[in-house]
Amino acid sequence: MLELFLRSLPLLKSAVLMTLMLGLGSFALGSSLGLMVALARISDFAVLRWLAFAYVSIFRGTPLLVQILLLYFGLPYYGIVLDPVPAALLALTLFSASYLSENFRSGIIAVDRGQWEAAQSLGMGYWKTMVRVILPQGLRIAIPSVGSRLIALIKDTSLASTITVVELTRVADQVGAATFRYMEMFLMVGFIYWLINQILTIVQTILEGRITRRFK
Amino acid sequence: MIDTTSPTTINVRGLTKAFGDNPVLRGIDFSVRTGEVVVIMGPSGSGKTTLLRSLNFLEVPDSGTIEVCGTTVKLDGKQKLTRADQKMIAQIRQKTAMVFQSFNLFPHRTVLENVIEGPVHVKGVDRVQAIERGMALLDQVGLAAKAHEYPGRLSGGQKQRVAIARSLAMEPAVILFDEPTSALDPALRDDVLNVMRTLADTGMTMLIVTHEVRFAQDAADRVVFMDLGVVAQDTSPGEFFEHPTNARVRQFLNLIEA
Repeated sequence: MLELFLRSLPLLKSAVLMTLMLGLGSFALGSSLGLMVALARISDFAVLRWLAFAYVSIFRGTPLLVQILLLYFGLPYYGIVLDPVPAALLALTLFSASYLSENFRSGIIAVDRGQWEAAQSLGMGYWKTMVRVILPQGLRIAIPSVGSRLIALIKDTSLASTITVVELTRVADQVGAATFRYMEMFLMVGFIYWLINQILTIVQTILEGRITRRFK
Repeated sequence: MIDTTSPTTINVRGLTKAFGDNPVLRGIDFSVRTGEVVVIMGPSGSGKTTLLRSLNFLEVPDSGTIEVCGTTVKLDGKQKLTRADQKMIAQIRQKTAMVFQSFNLFPHRTVLENVIEGPVHVKGVDRVQAIERGMALLDQVGLAAKAHEYPGRLSGGQKQRVAIARSLAMEPAVILFDEPTSALDPALRDDVLNVMRTLADTGMTMLIVTHEVRFAQDAADRVVFMDLGVVAQDTSPGEFFEHPTNARVRQFLNLIEA
């Protein structure tokens, strides 16, 4: 197994980078979009609320694989041709934003009503209250569930292999096909996914401790 | 004694508010003069907290007129607030400060940051100046030593004193207190009440919903007794506690003094 690992190391290296790029990239983009969706979902404007609800309903209610295939194979019929990597990144972003928006929303609505009242009685408007008082507390509350979402997302990047993105799962598949040593290859990448997620879990734990320690 | 010709800070006329089918305020008329300390008492459910919260529009009344420091909001019927109303409400909120039963300090900011939050981020006061004034206010409530702690480290009484400092930092024309000592152990109440007494002595206009009889007796200029959504009696503390004429007042006093 070691020589197989060493032999496929150059491929695995670039595959890990691709997996991380897709996972962390879509997490960053999906978080930004998700936060906007969450804010729309609790907005005073019915149209925004409805749009956000529809967005979550669609992107959370359909399989990620279908979304990836639709963007990559479906859009070219309308003249929109995306390369594999942008298509995967876009699909992962849209998909993760739907889940993340709910994580953020649950954090925001968990902040005590009295915090709104205290901010308003100081004369703060809606956005100032949101940015200075509610989000700093709500996002902290959301950290554990957002962390889970990130870990799920790292694993979901494996679906990008179906549209020829050369990430971990696809490399395992290719090397496995060339050497007939599927078992070892998939064990190997399985371990690498696990390792990445362990590291992310540790980072999350440290971050949570840091942010929470000060005022608990 | 309060000069009866001094201007009114708060003037309320015909205020009504219902939660669903349940009328909580049924035509409130009352006013607070500048420099006056007014205690609102009454049985639970009488609408006293709703009235207080209506004054800075944490609760939006159904109808009536609220005038605070010359800014008037008139409500008629149940329609939505107009932009002009919102502007008036923002003005009123800048002139009033509120102290809550549950303190509502910002847990993610230090004590000092809590105090300077309003001046710096609402009024646009220079940060260095705000810190200087904030420290003076914390000193005034006896908590300068805790300036850089987070609220989570403080006792309830300390939190409420920080909340009072935070409200003072906005230099309000009137402070509204919503049962400021109800969430506190009896042993911690006096610290808060003493801060409030000192404040009353400095001439601050204060409107206080409370069950603290002693405080009302020795610090209030007037006691407003609310019952079933109306002002049932509006008199001096001496009259109120020593010669209660109203049967409901007598009943209430027996209850809280028992």
